[in-house]
Amino acid sequence: MKNILFATVLGLTTAASVQAADFKPAVVYDKAGKFDKSFNEAAFEGVKKFQKDFGVEVKEVEPTNEAQVEQGLVKLARRGSNPIVAVGFSQANAVATAAEKFPETQFTLIDMVVDKPNVRSIVFKEHEGSFLVGALAAMKSGTGKVGFIGGMDIPLIRKFGCGFEQGAKYVNPKAEVFSNMIGSTGAAFNNPGKANELAKSQIDSGADVLFAAAGSSGSGVYQAAKDRHKYAIGVDSNQNYIHPGTMLTSMVKRIDVAAYNTWKAAKDGKWASGVEVLGLAENGVDWALDENNRDLVTPEMETKVNQIKADIIAGKITVHDYMSDNSCNY
Amino acid sequence: MKGLDQALPRWVNIGLLPLLNVVTALLVSALVFLVIDVNPLKAAEILLYGAFGYQEGLGFTLYYTTNFIFTGLAVAIAFHVGLFNIGGEGQAYIGGLGVGLLCLALDTSLPGPALLLLSVLVAGLFGAAWAFIPGWLQAYRGSHIVITTIMFNFIASSLMVYLMVNVLREPGQMTPQSRLLDENSWMPFVHEVLAGIGIEFEASPLNLSIILALLCALGTWLLIWKTKWGYEIRTVGFNRDAAVYAGIKPAYVMVLAMAISGAMAGMVGVNEISGVQHRLILDFHYGYGFAGIAVALMGRNHPIGIILAALLFGVLYQGGAELAFEMSNINRDIVVVMQGLVILFCGALEFLYKPLLAKFFKEKAA
Amino acid sequence: MTDYALELDRVSKRFGAVQANKDVSLNVVKGSIHGIVGENGAGKSTLMSILYGFYQADSGSISVFGKPADIPNSHAAIAAGIGMVHQHFMLVEPFTVLENIILGNEGSALLMQGQAKARKVLLDLSTNYNLKVDPDAIVGDLPVGLQQRVEILKALYKGAKVLILDEPTGVLTPQETDDLFAILKGLKEQGVTILLITHKLKEIMAITDNVSVMRHGEMVANLSTAETNPEELAELMVGRKVVTQLEKPDAAAGDDVLKVEGLSVVDAQQVERVKNVSFKVSAGEIVGIAGVSGNGQTELMEALAGMRSVDAGTICYGKLKISTESHIGPDELRDAGIAHVPEDRHRVGLVTPMSASENSILGYHRDDKWNQHGLLKPGLVEKHCATLMSDFDVRPQDPKLKSANFSGGNQQKLILARELDREPKVLLVGQPTRGVDIGAIEFIHTQLLKMRNRGGAILLISVELDEILALSDRIIVMCDGRITGEVAAADADERTLGLMMSATADLSSDSDLSSNSEQEQAG
Repeated sequence: MKNILFATVLGLTTAASVQAADFKPAVVYDKAGKFDKSFNEAAFEGVKKFQKDFGVEVKEVEPTNEAQVEQGLVKLARRGSNPIVAVGFSQANAVATAAEKFPETQFTLIDMVVDKPNVRSIVFKEHEGSFLVGALAAMKSGTGKVGFIGGMDIPLIRKFGCGFEQGAKYVNPKAEVFSNMIGSTGAAFNNPGKANELAKSQIDSGADVLFAAAGSSGSGVYQAAKDRHKYAIGVDSNQNYIHPGTMLTSMVKRIDVAAYNTWKAAKDGKWASGVEVLGLAENGVDWALDENNRDLVTPEMETKVNQIKADIIAGKITVHDYMSDNSCNY
Repeated sequence: MKGLDQALPRWVNIGLLPLLNVVTALLVSALVFLVIDVNPLKAAEILLYGAFGYQEGLGFTLYYTTNFIFTGLAVAIAFHVGLFNIGGEGQAYIGGLGVGLLCLALDTSLPGPALLLLSVLVAGLFGAAWAFIPGWLQAYRGSHIVITTIMFNFIASSLMVYLMVNVLREPGQMTPQSRLLDENSWMPFVHEVLAGIGIEFEASPLNLSIILALLCALGTWLLIWKTKWGYEIRTVGFNRDAAVYAGIKPAYVMVLAMAISGAMAGMVGVNEISGVQHRLILDFHYGYGFAGIAVALMGRNHPIGIILAALLFGVLYQGGAELAFEMSNINRDIVVVMQGLVILFCGALEFLYKPLLAKFFKEKAA
Repeated sequence: MTDYALELDRVSKRFGAVQANKDVSLNVVKGSIHGIVGENGAGKSTLMSILYGFYQADSGSISVFGKPADIPNSHAAIAAGIGMVHQHFMLVEPFTVLENIILGNEGSALLMQGQAKARKVLLDLSTNYNLKVDPDAIVGDLPVGLQQRVEILKALYKGAKVLILDEPTGVLTPQETDDLFAILKGLKEQGVTILLITHKLKEIMAITDNVSVMRHGEMVANLSTAETNPEELAELMVGRKVVTQLEKPDAAAGDDVLKVEGLSVVDAQQVERVKNVSFKVSAGEIVGIAGVSGNGQTELMEALAGMRSVDAGTICYGKLKISTESHIGPDELRDAGIAHVPEDRHRVGLVTPMSASENSILGYHRDDKWNQHGLLKPGLVEKHCATLMSDFDVRPQDPKLKSANFSGGNQQKLILARELDREPKVLLVGQPTRGVDIGAIEFIHTQLLKMRNRGGAILLISVELDEILALSDRIIVMCDGRITGEVAAADADERTLGLMMSATADLSSDSDLSSNSEQEQAG
C-alpha cells in the first residue's frame, strides 16, 4: 500500500497539519449503503483497515434519501469531522454545497470531480484496468467472443466497456465483443436477475468470457458463467473467491486504498486538494491473481498481461478513455 | 349489541388506541435495541433530541412532516369515498415532474411569486391527472383501484427514468438529474424568511411548503365535512346505494375525489422540487406515498390526526437519521425496522387492542 | 305435573348499557307449539340466541327436558336436542338438499359412505314427518317454501326435539304459510316441541297452544292462546292501547300523476326483473303493489325512482318522461315533487354512519337553502332535523346522534319525515313498516293516509298483505316481474291476493309440491 504514489496530483495545496486529538475522519456512503458488495463496500474495507491500523474511529453515515446526503456531510463538518470522504459520483452536488459552507473542512470525493479549493477529487483510470482484463479474456476465450455487461448506462460504465474492448482487440484483432447495459438508473446496479439474463444471452451468442461492471448486479453474471461452465471477470473488489474455477480474474479498483490514503495523508498533515487520477501506474486499478484463479491463468498469460501492464505504464500502449470524448473511437 | 365498536368511547378510538399502537411499536423497537446492545432510553433520548433538540433537526423533522401531511391527506380523501389510493408514490412523483417541467421552461421568465403559485397549481394538476386515470377506470370500468394505482406507480417511475435519462438530464452529468433551477423559482426556506424578520434559525430544508401543507389540511377538513361535495364524497364512501338514492352519481364523485387525492399527493413535488432539491432528480418521492397510508390510518383520516401522525413520522425519519448518525451499532436498516414496526402496529395491526379495550370498557360500563 | 321441554328461570343478559333480557322465565310444554311475540328490540332474538348457544346468559338457569343444561355453543344446543331455523336460511345454494343436510355432519372422511347413510335417514324423516323434498335437488333452484323445509329437515336430522323458528313466514306466500303450519302441526303430533318467534299476531292465534309476550327485555305475560285475543296481545306488546282500525275516508281520486306503460327492467346479471308492466296512479289514492318479496317489486320501485335505467317502456310523471332514451335521475325527480321512501332503509334510505341531521337532507343536500358560499350550513340543517324529529316523534330527539343508533321505527319515521317535508305530489314507498314496532306502524300509516287525503298520490309496495289491505284504494299484484292481477281494495281478500301472488310460481317449481295444487286454476 505504501508504494502508492500520488503521481498525477494537480494543483497541490498542502493543508495545515492536523493534530491527532482533532483528527476525526469520516465517510459518507451513497444511497446504496455500505453493504452493496461492490463500490461502497470497497470504501468500507478501507474504513476497517484504517481503524485497525491506527485505532482511530472513522465516523460513517449512510443516507437514505437525497436530503440526507447533504445533511450528513454538513453535520459531519459541523461536528469537526475532517477529512470527509464522499463515496460515489452522485454526491457531487452535495459535496460542492457542503464544501462552500465549510471552507475549513477537507472533502474527498470519489469517482467525480468537483472543483473547490477544499475538495480532493479522486478518479480512476478504469479503462486501463479494463484493458488488462480484456486482453486476458481474449487470450482465454476459445470462441474469440467475449462479453461486457455494464450496470447503469453512463459514461463512467462505458469507460469500462471501451477499455475492455480495446484490450480484447489488442490481443485478438478479430475478437468479437458483445456489450449490454442493464439499465439507465442507479437501480441497474442492483438487478442481478436481469444481469443473469443478459449474461445467458451473450453466452448463447458464443461469448465464453464475460466482464461485469455492474455493482451488485454482477453476481448474476458470475452465476450464469458458473452454470454454463464459462468464465467471468469481477470488478471493483477482488471477487475471485465468489466462484473459484470460473472467476477468471477481477478488475480491482482500489477505492479502499484511495479512502485509506486520504485519511492517512490527512493524519500526517499531507492532505491536498485537487484532482487525483489513479491508474495502473499508481496501483489504483489492477487485475487480481490469487489462489482462487491461479489454475485458470497460465504462466504465458500471466507474463503477457504483465507485459501489457508495463507497456501501458511506460506509455508504449495508450488506452483510449471513453470519457475524454464520450465515444469509443480509438 | 352486534359489533364491539359501539362499546368504545370516541376518545378511546381516536386517542388511546393509536397511542397504544405507537407505544407497542416503540416497546418492540426497544427490544430490538436491547438485542443489538443499545440502551433504549439512550436511543430514545437521541431520537427526540435529533428531532426537536436543535433548530436544524427540527427543520428536518418538519420538512419530512410536510411530505407526510400531503400524502396522508391524499390517502384520507380517497378513503372517504371508499377507495384505497396506494398510488401516492406515483402521484407525488408526477406532481414533482410537473413542477420541474414548469420551472425548467419558465424559471427565468416569470416573477417568483407567480412561478410559485403556478408550481402549486401544476403539481396539483399533474398529481390529479395521475390519480384521475385509475379513478376513472375504477368508477366506469370496474378496474380495481389498488391494482391500477400500484401499476401507475410503476408507470410513473418508468416515465421519470425515461425523461431523466433521455430528455432532461443535464449534459455532462452522470447522475440523471436536470440542471439547477433558477433561484427565482425556489420556494423560500423558513430560515430565510425568519432571517428576513430578524430571527436567527439554522439552515434546513424546511420551506414554506409546510404552510401549504397546513392550508391543504384545513382545505381537506372544510371540503370533507363542511361542503356538499364532501357530503357526497362521504355518502358514496359509506353507502353507494344510498348515494344513488340521493341522486348522487357515485362514479363521478369517485373520480373527483381521486383527482383531489392525487392533487394532494402531487404537492410533495412542490416541497421537494421547488423547496429542497431545486432540480429534477430521480426518486425524490421515495417512500412518502406509502408512508402516507400509515399516516392516514393512524390519523383516522382526519386532518388533525394526519398532521399529528405526519409529525410522528417526521420525528421517526429525522430522529432515526440522528440515531444512525450518533450510534455506531445502529445503522440505517435498524431505523427502517423501527419505522416498519410503527407502520405495522398502527397500520396493519390497527385494531390489535380493540377487543381488549372493548371488553375493558364494557365491564366498566356494566 | 306437566312435562316441560324447556324451562328458563330468571335469565338475564346485558350488552353494555342495554339490558336485553331481564329475569326472563319461560316454561315450554313438551310437544306444544309455543309462540313468543314482542316488538323489535324486545329481546326475543337475544333469548333465542342464548338458547342456541350464541350468547351466554349473565345469570339465570336453563333446563332442557328437565335436566339443567349449560349451552356454551351451538354444538351443545344441538346435543341437547335444540334445533334452529333462522330467518335468513343458512344454506349453501349450489349444493343439493342432501349435501346441505349433512353439512357439518359429514360422517366419515369419505363423503360417499356418509351420504348413503344420510339418504336413508333423510327418507325416513321425510316419511315420518311428511316433509317431502327431493334429496338430489339443488337448493338454489327450490322455491323459498321448500328451502325452509330443508332447514327444518336439517335440524331434525341433527336430532332436534325442540325446534325454534325465527320469523318463519316473512318470506312466504299465504299458501306457503298454510303449508308450513300444516307441517308444524304434524311435527307437534310426532312429539316435537316448537318455539315460534313472530310479530304476526294472527299466526299466533292460528297455530300456537301457548304464547309469551316480551317487552323491553322482560317477559310480561305467559298466556294460553285460547284465553287471549290479538287486541290483548298487541296491548301487552306495546304497553298501551293500540288503534288497529285506521280512519280511512273514501278516495277522491284526481288526475293521473304517474303513468307506467310497457315497463321492463333488466338487472346487472341480465335477468329481466320487471316484465312489460303498465299501471296508473292518480292524485289522492294509494295504490298497493302486493307480492312475495323478490318478484320484481324492488326493481320496479328503483326504476320509478330514477335509480335504475329502464329497458323498455315509459314512466311518466305528468310531463316528466323516463324512457330508454331519456333517463331522469333521483335528483331531478325530487325537484319535480316525487319523493321516495326506499324499502331497505339501512342499505338505501340512510347513510347509517352519518348523523340524523346529515341524513335529514340526504337527496336534498344540494338545495340553495342548505348551502352558502360553497359551505353547508350545519346549524340550519340541525334545526331542520330537530323540527322533523319533533313533528314525527323521532326518538331520541338528538340530531347529532348517528342514524345507526336509532331503532328501526325511528329511522323509518326520520326518512318519512324527510320525504314528506316538502309535501310531494307522488310518494313511492316500499315496505314502510318492515321491522317497525306496532306503535310506529300506526303512526306511519296515519301519515301516509294524511298525505293521500290532502291529494297526494302514493305507490305502496309491501309484502305484508295486512298493510296493503289496510291502506290501499287499489291493489296490483306482482309475480315474477309481471302484473298478475288488479283489484279494488273493497273486493280484495287475502286468499284471492295470495293466489295471484303465486300465479306463475308453479311454472318454475317442482311439480311434487302438494301446496301448488290450487295454482293451476289461478294461473
